[in-house]
Parts: sequence; structure tokens; C-alpha cells
Amino acid sequence: MARPKATGAAGMTRRERYDAEQRRRSLIVAATSTVIVLAAIILLVPLAPGWEKVQKSFFNGAVLAKSFPKLLDAFLVNVMIFAWSAPAIAVLGLLIALARDAKSPALFPLRIFGAAFTDIFRGVPVILTVYLIGFGIPGLGLPRPWNSPYIWGSLALILTYSAYVAEIFRSGIDSVHHSQRSAALSLGLSERQVMRDVVLPQAVRNVVPSQMNMLIALQKDVSLLSFIGPVEIFRQAGVFKSLLANFTPYVGAAIIFLAVTIPATRYADYLMARQQKERR
Amino acid sequence: MAKLELRGVVKRFGDVTVCDGIDLDIEAGQMVCLIGASGGGKSTLLRCINLLEPIEDGEIRLDGEDISIPGLDPQGVRARIGMVFQSYNLFPHMTALENAMLAPRRVHGKTRDQVRPEVEALFQRFGLADRMQNYPDQLSGGQQQRVAIVRALAMRPEVMLFDEITSALDPQLVGEVLDVLLQLKDEGMTMVLATHEMGFARQAADKVCFLKAGKIVEEGPPADLFGAPQHPETQAFLARALK
Amino acid sequence: MSKILSLTVALAMVSTTAMAGGHCAAGKTLTEGKLTIATGNPAYYPWVMDDAPESGQGFEAAVAYAVAGEMGFASEDVVWVRSSFDEAIQPGAKNFDFNMQQYSITPERDEVVDFSAPYYTAPMAVLVGPGAVDTEATMAGLKALKWGAVGSTTAVPKLENVIQPDSRPLLYGDNADVNAAISANQIDAALFDLPTALFLSAVMIEGSKVIGQFAPDASDNPDQFGMLMEEGNALKACVDEALAALTESGALAAIEAEWLQDTTGVPLIK
Repeated sequence: MARPKATGAAGMTRRERYDAEQRRRSLIVAATSTVIVLAAIILLVPLAPGWEKVQKSFFNGAVLAKSFPKLLDAFLVNVMIFAWSAPAIAVLGLLIALARDAKSPALFPLRIFGAAFTDIFRGVPVILTVYLIGFGIPGLGLPRPWNSPYIWGSLALILTYSAYVAEIFRSGIDSVHHSQRSAALSLGLSERQVMRDVVLPQAVRNVVPSQMNMLIALQKDVSLLSFIGPVEIFRQAGVFKSLLANFTPYVGAAIIFLAVTIPATRYADYLMARQQKERR
Repeated sequence: MAKLELRGVVKRFGDVTVCDGIDLDIEAGQMVCLIGASGGGKSTLLRCINLLEPIEDGEIRLDGEDISIPGLDPQGVRARIGMVFQSYNLFPHMTALENAMLAPRRVHGKTRDQVRPEVEALFQRFGLADRMQNYPDQLSGGQQQRVAIVRALAMRPEVMLFDEITSALDPQLVGEVLDVLLQLKDEGMTMVLATHEMGFARQAADKVCFLKAGKIVEEGPPADLFGAPQHPETQAFLARALK
Repeated sequence: MSKILSLTVALAMVSTTAMAGGHCAAGKTLTEGKLTIATGNPAYYPWVMDDAPESGQGFEAAVAYAVAGEMGFASEDVVWVRSSFDEAIQPGAKNFDFNMQQYSITPERDEVVDFSAPYYTAPMAVLVGPGAVDTEATMAGLKALKWGAVGSTTAVPKLENVIQPDSRPLLYGDNADVNAAISANQIDAALFDLPTALFLSAVMIEGSKVIGQFAPDASDNPDQFGMLMEEGNALKACVDEALAALTESGALAAIEAEWLQDTTGVPLIK
């Protein structure tokens, strides 16, 4: 005789009912604690003795309204620099990664160069590279427009980020199992074809989430170009800060950055989680 | 002259000698099975034949021509000798069809359109016609291994090497892969297998070699080797393996 | 030698009023009996010589000691600290009584901090690099130049509102970076207060030239430098009183004449 299935009124098994109840409870606990923490912040922070001054200096609605349109305008400069730097970084990073893995003895200088490149540009703070290249190379006497800080500042970003991106690509290449190489070689493919058709496509796919994080970091570091002249959002906020003696424009700039980086970060996390799931 | 001749093949990994002077003749159209416990040198020997591992000493001859000369470009040889691996090693970012078309396109410099009819015919022949557009992770283990065989065959190899190709499969999927091997044997393919499938070796092989510690301890027709093994080591191994 | 002498004279002149000033500042300074003054890091010539305000050398350093003396503080009671503009305007307690770094007095800034009465009126001046020394000092000529400025100064709105250049100006963090940009020929011209422009041209950037100045009354708000203090600082009245006395006595004009180069040779921009 078959045992009757333990189904309830809603057509759920005992286990499903228990799980649903557990979910409901943890949801209530999470919501309650979030509300309490938020309420504490909203109610307690304004009680601090300096709150009024802080509010006036950092969260000043009038100043925000006055500065925000120009901040947005300046952010376009960030977007522009980002837009031409990112593809260049991807290409150069990949080339450096390949140079570092070059096996032929004729390419030995390339390997040395690749290693030195990554060591140097990962070892120097980005801002120093921006200064040295952004002012140094145009100082050699290049004619306009070839001495533009946009060009050389971008190059500084490209060199620095390529060094990091190259290392990520290398880890991606290493993450492709050697049996893939064996299989491809056994079919008669050359080393180059194995790299191009079999290893690289997988390597690149494996490192997409990590590279997304590099893009987010780059988006923020574009602001370092402000030190050599371009009036991007950070500099524009600084101008407002000086004129209005108020830090609210920085808060405005932060809001604009977050509006871009939070969705990007979420997307990178989503890609990462999806990849974890695929590997399992 | 045999299709494939091994003479005193020695392979070392550091201090460990994995192949210790192996002599073996494989005639055209023969199926030769290498048996023995894991670590006996079966897989390494296959990798040496396909030039995936350089050998320290000895000679490997294909149609009488020494293919183990140091410095010889291995690509041409590998294009003539197909190999299938235990873990399938399909390229996960390509469909089954793309997997099989890659090498003919790249090595022979042909276009997709030029190689497609022949490759599709292979899929058809091995009952995979409806799986061509699937990615490897959408296929069962048995299907993946058959696609791997098709991929190797797409290069029209003269010799096929099979490295324990059923070891990673669920028992109920082993049969469909072994059937492919029988089909190939009927078509006259020269094959070398490293295998743990004693029943299959006994039934289908033309010659069986028992390897231990990098040496061929005993070789002969399956009836002799399985029916009346001469060497005590072979007897001990078979007693364990056929239990 | 003559500078030290004149400083002594200035101090001697103000020492007569020392007692009264001491009363004014009593209990209003950061540290009782000491006057804490902030300057930049680094502080630039000709405002402070050799980045050493303790020497009293340089215009702002000399004014600081004169004001301190006027308020009844001996030279050794003056304590120097370094501070940035950001520290000066952030809310919360300050680590200085007043801050002197060529801060222009603007109504917006005045809402957040207090300024003393102006101690110097600085016309804006145009510094051009070697490649643009032949530029005519007219509005039309200036518009066509590639401009730069220090981003935290009132030169920025002046550029935008008065010169309105054809291409977007490049902005920098400090004077040294503007120098670098002129040297690299990335910009043709930069807008500074006149004393700074004259100094940069004479000492820092080879081949550069100050081609013109804006008359101090050319726009509705002339650039006047004030000492910056915490909003509501009770010391402000004392400082203003001291400055008024120094202006009246001619001591301030004497300090200006000593430390700030003769600016009459620079033509006005039409």
C-alpha cells in the first residue's frame, strides 16, 4: 500500500511549507532590522552638535542645484576619456599578456619587455604616471595638438591599466586546462592557432567579471587627469568648492559616479555569480 | 613494413622512466589494445606517438619514416594521427560542428563551406546529426566522446589513438562509444587503444599488449593473451582485472 | 638688511598700541597669549619668502607680524601652522586663528567663513608663455589663446565671465602645475593675481611675460585678499581694528612697497 503524500491545503509538501515559513520569518527580521538602523541614522545624526554646519557644507540643496548641471557636463569629459581609453587598454593588455607568454627564443626581448612593463606600471601610483607622462612627454617639445594633456594623460591611464589587465588575461590563459591545448595540438593546429582559436576565447570569457571590475576602477581613475589640466567632473567640483566655499559639489560628483558605478558593479557581480554557477 | 613501428622508445619525466624501451609493430588496419594498471605507461606511449611528448631515445616510424627526429615539425604528423582523450576535451566555446570543423579549416586552410559537407556526413554516420548545433555542455558524456572521435576523424587521419576513452563514462554509455570503434575497425582504420575494457579488447583487438613499469611484458592475439597468458605478471594482472 | 630694518621699524611703530590690542584679543585666540596663523603648504613667493613665514620675510608674513604686533603679540608669540583651503572651509573647529593665503573675498565664501577687512587689492594679470609673448593685450587677442589657471582661484570665473576664451581652459591644482603646462606648451596663457604673475615670469618660467593686467575696478568685484577666519570668530573685530590702524599709519602701504614689485609697468588690458 502506497503511503499518502503529505500535501497540505496549498498543495505544498511538509518541507515546502516549512521552507516558506522560514523565508517569511527571515524576511521580516531583515526588514525590521533595516528599518531600525535607518531610523537610528536619520534620527540620531542630526542630533550631533555639528550637524547643521555639516549639512550646510556637504548637503546644501541650493549649491547642489547650482552646480549639478555643470558637473554633469564635466562628466561627459570623463565618459569621453573612458571611451577611448578602455578599448586601447583591452588591446594593449592582451598584447602584453601574449608577449609575456611568448615561447619562441626570438621573442625573448618581447618577454623581458612585457615583464618589465607590468612591473613598472603596476609598481608606480597612477597619479605619478599621469604627472610624469602628462607633463613630461609634451615637455620634449611636441607641437600642438600632439602635446595635449588629453592624449598623454590617457596614455598614462592606458599604460597603467594595461599592466593590470595583462595580468588578468594571463591568469585567464592559465585557467584554461592544459588538456584543451593537448586536444588542439593533437589535431595538428600550430601553437598560434591553439592560442587564438582555443585558449584565448576561453581565457577571455573566464576573466570578463574581473575585467569589468577594472573598467569600474578606470572610470574612477579618469579623474586623475584633472591634475594635468582637463576639466573633468572632479576638477569642476573643485572649482565650485573653491568659489562657493562648500563641499556639496563633491557630493554631487559622488552621486554621478555612483549612478554609473553601482549598476556596473552589480552587473559584474551578476556575471561572476553566473560563472560560478556554470563551473559547478 | 608495418604502418606504425616503435623501436626502443624511452620516455622519462625527470628521474621517472615511464616508457622503458618499447618495441611494437602496428599493421595497417589493425586494432592494438594496450592494457595494464594505471601508471604502466599506456597513456604516455600514446602521447609520444602523437608527438605531444618528445621521446628521450628510440624511434617512432610512420610508414617507415622516422617521425621522432628531434626538431621535426610535429604539425604534419599530428594531422595524420588522430587522438581521442579520456576527458573528451571538446572546446566548450564551440558547437559540436565547429569543434569538428576547426582543424580542417585551420590546418588545411579551407573555408567552412568547403569542409562542412564532409564533417556533417561524419556526424550523420555516427548518429549525431541532430547534435551538431549543440554546445558540449548540452551533450551527454557518451555523445561528447563520440563528437571528439568525429572531430579527430574530420582530419582524415591514417592512425587513431584512443586514450581510455570510456573510463570517464557512466557504464550505460560505454557501449555507444565502443560501437563507434567497431564501426571504424570495419572500415579498416588503424587503431591503438589504451583501455581497461578487457571484454572489448578480447572481442575486438587484433593484438593485445600488457604494459607494466614502462615495458611490454607480454603481447599477442587476444585469444592467447587472455586465454593462456605466459608471464606471471600478466596472469596476476588478468586475475585481478577479470575478477 | 634693509628688509629686517624696516620690519623692526614697522614693529616699533605698532608697539605703541600694543596694550590696547592685547586687551582686544584676550581670551579670543586658540591658545591664550599666542596668535596662531595659517599659511599655505608650500607658501609661495612673494607672499612668503623661502617658505619660511617665521622669518617675517615676504608680504603676507610681514603683514601677519604687523597685525600681530598691532594686536599686542610679541613676535615669539606668533605660531605658524600650515593649512589648505579645504581645511579652512570645512565645518568644525579650526587649528588657526586666521589664515592668510591670498584668499579673495567673495560673497559666497563669506557665507561659510569670515573674512577680515582686505589687506591687499590684487588686479588679475595675464602671464603668457614664450610662444605667445607677442599677443596683443586686447580682449580679442586674449580670446584666441589657450588658457590655463589654478582651479581653486577666482581666476576661473574671471576667465569664464570676462575673457570668455574660444577653447575650454585647462585647470590645475597649483602654480607649479600651471608652470609645467606653460613649459610643455600645453597652454599659451594663465591668469594670476599680478604679484604672482610677475614672480612666475621673472623667476620660474623662462621666456614668459606678463602682457597685461585688468584694472582692479574693471569688474564689479575687485579681487581683494582677506584673512580667513572661522565663521563668527570673535577675533575678527580685533583683526579689522589692527588692519585699519596699519592702513591709517601707512605701515601697510610700506610693507606692500617693500615686498610687492612695482606693478605700474604692466599695461592695462582694454
